[in-house]
Amino acid sequence: MNNEGVDRSKRQFLTTALTVVGAVGTGYLAVPFLSQMQPSAKAMAAGAPVEVDISKIEPGQLIRVAWRGKPVWILSRTPEAIDILEKDTAKLADPNSQESDQPEDSNNPLRSIKPEIFIAVGLCTHLGCSPTFRPEIAPNDLGSDWKGGFFCPCHGSGFDLAGRVFRSVPAPTNLVVPPYRYITDTFIIIGEESTEASA
Amino acid sequence: MKNKMNECTDWVLERFPMSKLWNEHMAEYYAPKNFNFWYFFGSLALLMLVNQFLTGILLTMNYKPDAKLAFDSVEYIMRDVNWGWLVRYMHSTGASAFFILIYLHMFRGMMYGSYKKPRELIWVFGMLLFVCLMAEAFMGYLLPWGQMSYWGAQVIISLFSAIPVVGDELSLWIRGDYVISDATLNRFFAFHVIAVPLALLILVFLHIVALHEVGSNNPDGIEIKESKDPWGKPVDGIPFHPYYTVKDIVGVAVFLFFFAAVIFYMPEMGGYFLENANFIPADPLKTPEHIEPSWYFTPFYAILRAVPDKFAGVIAMAGSIIVLFLLPWLDRCKVKSIRYRGGIYKKALGLFVLSFFVLGYLGTQPATPTFTFIARIFTVIYFAFFLLMPIYTRWEKTKPVPRRVTHEPDAEEQYAALVEVFEEMTIHEPMKTSWGATAFPVKPNKTGIAHVLTRLLKKLKGSFE
Repeated sequence: MNNEGVDRSKRQFLTTALTVVGAVGTGYLAVPFLSQMQPSAKAMAAGAPVEVDISKIEPGQLIRVAWRGKPVWILSRTPEAIDILEKDTAKLADPNSQESDQPEDSNNPLRSIKPEIFIAVGLCTHLGCSPTFRPEIAPNDLGSDWKGGFFCPCHGSGFDLAGRVFRSVPAPTNLVVPPYRYITDTFIIIGEESTEASA
Repeated sequence: MKNKMNECTDWVLERFPMSKLWNEHMAEYYAPKNFNFWYFFGSLALLMLVNQFLTGILLTMNYKPDAKLAFDSVEYIMRDVNWGWLVRYMHSTGASAFFILIYLHMFRGMMYGSYKKPRELIWVFGMLLFVCLMAEAFMGYLLPWGQMSYWGAQVIISLFSAIPVVGDELSLWIRGDYVISDATLNRFFAFHVIAVPLALLILVFLHIVALHEVGSNNPDGIEIKESKDPWGKPVDGIPFHPYYTVKDIVGVAVFLFFFAAVIFYMPEMGGYFLENANFIPADPLKTPEHIEPSWYFTPFYAILRAVPDKFAGVIAMAGSIIVLFLLPWLDRCKVKSIRYRGGIYKKALGLFVLSFFVLGYLGTQPATPTFTFIARIFTVIYFAFFLLMPIYTRWEKTKPVPRRVTHEPDAEEQYAALVEVFEEMTIHEPMKTSWGATAFPVKPNKTGIAHVLTRLLKKLKGSFE
């Protein structure tokens, strides 16, 4: 027989302990549930590096390849275009790419390993639309200031041929340059940093 | 036979409180007797929910949530499935109609103070319903896998990447891939068909349980439970069934007339209900010329674009919905209905409605410098309505609130007054007809019209004081 009444502290201890154990269990169960929504092994594999042969690109030509399902641009810049890029920096928001995303070996004014070959992810840094390639100088619709670049039709952001964003447009940063390296002079691999940078 | 049937009913009643539920929520749920036009939209929204459930279930029978098959399966529904076009248009028009009804329903709440004590929780459940409805509409819009589906989803999911630190990981987790892909489509299908509808259903249940606990508000914004008859029933209340069920059926008939007109004659609504770019299959490498969300998101989208900074824009857009949640606590005025509130609230509410429409229009247009400037002005007005509310509602000069609900004269009762006004505005000049008789043709009376107009303007001005 119990003559001492109810020991509430024991009940409280049991309730607390059970709650804590239950919460931990729920937490453990949440891991597989939430992780299920991460990219699957198949999607990861599709995100593997892509090898591209660039020997056949003409100067001034842009080719598109898909890397991780995103459009990646490979642009062969002409000497005239490079000349414009070096001089015409007054209207850029981030000419030195300090706020922008690029691998270490592309962190230079022309944002590339070799000046003539420019590689970027073809998605606007604002809200992810794919800008159009507009290499012509002073076209009617973009005005006389346009010296060739990329124009995003969604919200009107403009970038030059080094993917550098113009001032007072919605896009916050320059176009993203993906990690890539040269295997030979005409063969690049997109998605892998060069060994020097990663070392 | 009679006994057998009664036995069956008794068998059920002993096990399930069928008649108790019916009485509590229908036959003995007392609603204020002065409900007006604005009180149709709650029950109509419920009708739309049923419409979306039924047509949605039928659509899933033929739709394929697969990036390779989705677009074609929608066209298959439109062309080859018996009555597939009707079911799909009922679903797509239903989505837009749902938002029209919900916006009117919310405006009703703002006019008559239905969010105020003791109905704060009804408002919060309602706002949660609104957010779920937006999620449901957004995810449903990806399913046809057209160009606007694809790039619209790309833009909206990119919003999450603006959040510092966790943004990129979060948007990756939402997409389940590095870009919008089959994985995204498949999970949006799961959310659109199972998770969000379930949440909607539970929230509707909570919304109505909370409403029936405190009782409905009314255009006079007074509590009918404060004046009860000797049997404990509110004197200004009438049982929901049959009075309001019958009234709502009339509303349903009128609504369905318009709903059917849209379904049969303009299901795309000039590119507003179904956007033109969405008749082209999704292409991950090419963005359409002009990206524009469905019309019901455009006010919030215009706010997003009005802010020059990416992250601040996302905060402003989220904020424009969060402030609505806080409405019951921002409004310090004790008087509920706009009928007895001060002119400042009427003006503020008018400005708010104006800013909502202007922003809604701007959200459908390309962001030119002029439009962006206008959008900034109206974004400020939108937020000022809410954030200055604790200040301006405190000094409001309110009118005395009646103890009992008032009676609005109907058309028949207004007839005599209308005749009087007509007489005042006209004059009967005697004139000789060609055959010598005297006639009194009705002619407009300038001074009379001027009097009537001044009176009308004075009354209008007075209502804003």
